[in-house]
Amino acid sequence: MPEAQLRVFRGSPGSSGRLVDYDVPVEEGMVVLDALHWVQAHLAPDLAVRWNCKAAKCGSCGAEVNGRPRLTCKTRLSDFAEGEPITVEPMRAFPLVKDLVVDVSWNYEVNRRIPPFQPPPDRPQETWRWQQEDIERVQEFRKCIECFLCQDVCHVLRNHETERPFMGPRFLVRAAGLEMHPMDTADRTSHLKDEGGIGFCNITKCCTEVCPEHIKITDNAIIPLKERVADRYYDPIQIAWRKLRGRGSETGPAADDGNAP
Amino acid sequence: MKETIERHPHDVLVVGAGGAGLRAAIEAADQGASVGLVCKSLLGKAHTVMAEGGVAAALAHVAPADSWQVHFRDTMVGGKLLNNPRMAELHAQEAPDRVRELERWGAVFDRTADGRILQRPFGGHSHPRLAHVGDRTGLEMIRTLQDRAVGAGIAVYMECTISHLLTQPDRVTGAFGYWRATGRPVVFPAKTIVLATGGVGRAYQVSSNSWEYSGDGHALACLAGAELLDMEFVQFHPTGMVWPPGVKGLLVTEAVRGEGGILRNKDGERFMWKYLPEDRRHEYAATDEEATTWVEAQSAARSTDARRPPELSTRDNVSRAIYTEVREGRGTEHGGVFLDISYLPAEHVRRKLPSMYEQFKELADVDITTGPMEVGPTTHYIMGGIRVDADTGATTRQGLFAAGEVAGGMHGANRLGGNSLSDLLVFGQRTGAGAAAAAAAAPELRHIDPIQVREAERDLSAPFDRPGRADPHRLHEELQSTMQSQVGIFRTEADLEEAIRRIGDLRSRWPDIGISGGRPYNPGWDLVFEVRNMLIVSEAIARSALQRRESRGAHSRLDYTEPDPAWARLNSVVRLADDGLEVTTASVPELPDELRPLIETE
Repeated sequence: MPEAQLRVFRGSPGSSGRLVDYDVPVEEGMVVLDALHWVQAHLAPDLAVRWNCKAAKCGSCGAEVNGRPRLTCKTRLSDFAEGEPITVEPMRAFPLVKDLVVDVSWNYEVNRRIPPFQPPPDRPQETWRWQQEDIERVQEFRKCIECFLCQDVCHVLRNHETERPFMGPRFLVRAAGLEMHPMDTADRTSHLKDEGGIGFCNITKCCTEVCPEHIKITDNAIIPLKERVADRYYDPIQIAWRKLRGRGSETGPAADDGNAP
Repeated sequence: MKETIERHPHDVLVVGAGGAGLRAAIEAADQGASVGLVCKSLLGKAHTVMAEGGVAAALAHVAPADSWQVHFRDTMVGGKLLNNPRMAELHAQEAPDRVRELERWGAVFDRTADGRILQRPFGGHSHPRLAHVGDRTGLEMIRTLQDRAVGAGIAVYMECTISHLLTQPDRVTGAFGYWRATGRPVVFPAKTIVLATGGVGRAYQVSSNSWEYSGDGHALACLAGAELLDMEFVQFHPTGMVWPPGVKGLLVTEAVRGEGGILRNKDGERFMWKYLPEDRRHEYAATDEEATTWVEAQSAARSTDARRPPELSTRDNVSRAIYTEVREGRGTEHGGVFLDISYLPAEHVRRKLPSMYEQFKELADVDITTGPMEVGPTTHYIMGGIRVDADTGATTRQGLFAAGEVAGGMHGANRLGGNSLSDLLVFGQRTGAGAAAAAAAAPELRHIDPIQVREAERDLSAPFDRPGRADPHRLHEELQSTMQSQVGIFRTEADLEEAIRRIGDLRSRWPDIGISGGRPYNPGWDLVFEVRNMLIVSEAIARSALQRRESRGAHSRLDYTEPDPAWARLNSVVRLADDGLEVTTASVPELPDELRPLIETE
């Protein structure tokens, strides 16, 4: 039976950590997560790996495989040349818990602060109607499995380990899913600009490249949100219009503006 | 060395953050309770995310003739009338409201042409009934509930394993567990506890379930003195992947058949025609042509007089059919059968089944728009579970509640696809309300018995004192192999007795399990308690299966191949006795008079 050479990061906070080699027998169709499970069952029962579904639906098993953020449950051993070592390391943008497991709690904090879905109080649900093509974009964003690989690859987040000024691609996708929901009335523009730091994204599209759900994060979520922020805060005509109507540029639109583009 | 254990008191503690746990937590918080929500994984990763096909609710958007009464009847017939009728009634009546509520909370379901929630057909449902989002309905549901729970300010304790329930003679008083990241113990004193821990699939070798599904709630409830119901009824989903080996068991959604997928054996025969039960044959198409007419109408979302294809028979029946085809030598090279949807336009398949398309392309190098999938049965769900009161989710132990897959009674001998997501919502909401009301009626948090906490701590640390002894992985593998080969789709007395003997042997080796490494995030250590739970649940399944000398629904005995009228109105009951698990029976709750006409003809 052919063998794969896995080179797995082992370590805990406070220790420097090291790469440990494990030879794993390969069966057809095996993925990196299968190899890690084999290591747990035969060589290192305390190897820490976070995973749940092993079907690319829960987004728990993200790691850096040969330096690239990937879901280990979706990365097949046959993608690598025979004899080529497969290095598996934890996502670098987050603090280490142990081995391949990192502390992603920061993401949950960021998520909690996003203004939630807010349907119109005066539109009874019985009257809600929308066409399939009207929601396809929102459904694209709602495919996100929260693997945080996009957060991991984002150089803004990588470069700011603490005091992060930027919510990151995952939460811009979530905000976009709310903003473009046909029944949402909340206004998240100031949140995106200030707390969210949307201006920090300089559209390098690394997030889109690593997304296992193939969400066009930059083109479909981030750029339209950037346009909303720019229209509100930086478009001289819109600013003049708002002044004319007696509203400062820092306040949200009134109800008659609706959920303008 | 002695230090104070961290404590987080709550009125209501919910264990498990899948659909049922989240919905229960939201409801209890809405009722004014202080709620803690504990989960083994990160929030939003629970097994509900894997649910694909949809949530069953008689919204009647696609088929105006649908109603809660028809949904009730389908559920009872699918469950071979062993269901708790009150649960099936509440479920059918309340599912539409629970689905509409999700939409109000931001869920974005697929739409009908007139802009309402679209519904798709599924096995055993008389009408297109499953509200869905492509084939990722569970993700939509859990994300919507997760956002709602976070917005409600519920305290969430992630990656925390509950290993023991704490009790007084008259009631449960709290839960004991550990943080997976540090291994440090934690106590949750609570007035009431809701178990919403899901199922038991990891006790089997071939399963669609994630690692979390180790029967924790079933075992905790049993150890705390609550009763389990109908544990012999394990659902083997007909269509799991069979190749390559690394993905064996991974679910292939029933929506493939709902959208028109055809099952064939290696000779190209559409074998499901042979396996339709005589008494239900009138509900299915008579010819290939009629089935095709039905599929075409379905794809165009228009109504039709054509009847549904034979592939949409109930899951128990389709699983047995596939198993039989393979056993009799008509299976594929990898021990499955073919499931083909490639005769439909590729664009349609990709739009209606996007994650199946991805799953097969990326994991098996199969393009399902141009060729067939290979599929076979996989352990998917347990109909049995903790015995609960239909209206409130209260178990037979004071202060302890249960909802979702871990609770029993709703689905009888076989669950219809789509009824589990609606179960999570309906009984999550009811149990959250029930637990909050019971907590409000309880004056204050009860005393936590320090001796129980010390014993629980000792249980946790014991495996580290015996490194090099029995290995939890080997015990787990042996258990899986026993359950797979002797407590699977077809059962016999000899196999079940042998399985019970082997489980007993494993149980006697469990106290010898030793662990290396430290406490922080140690999966080997996690497995020690999961194996304990799986052993209890597996024994409950095997003993219940041995007791039921008949074939009914998902429980098939080769030595008693027919349903036995003497068993028709009996549920199985398992409880902990002095010398192990005790199995008895209880009468199925009577059908109220007003519901009787709905299934009189059955």
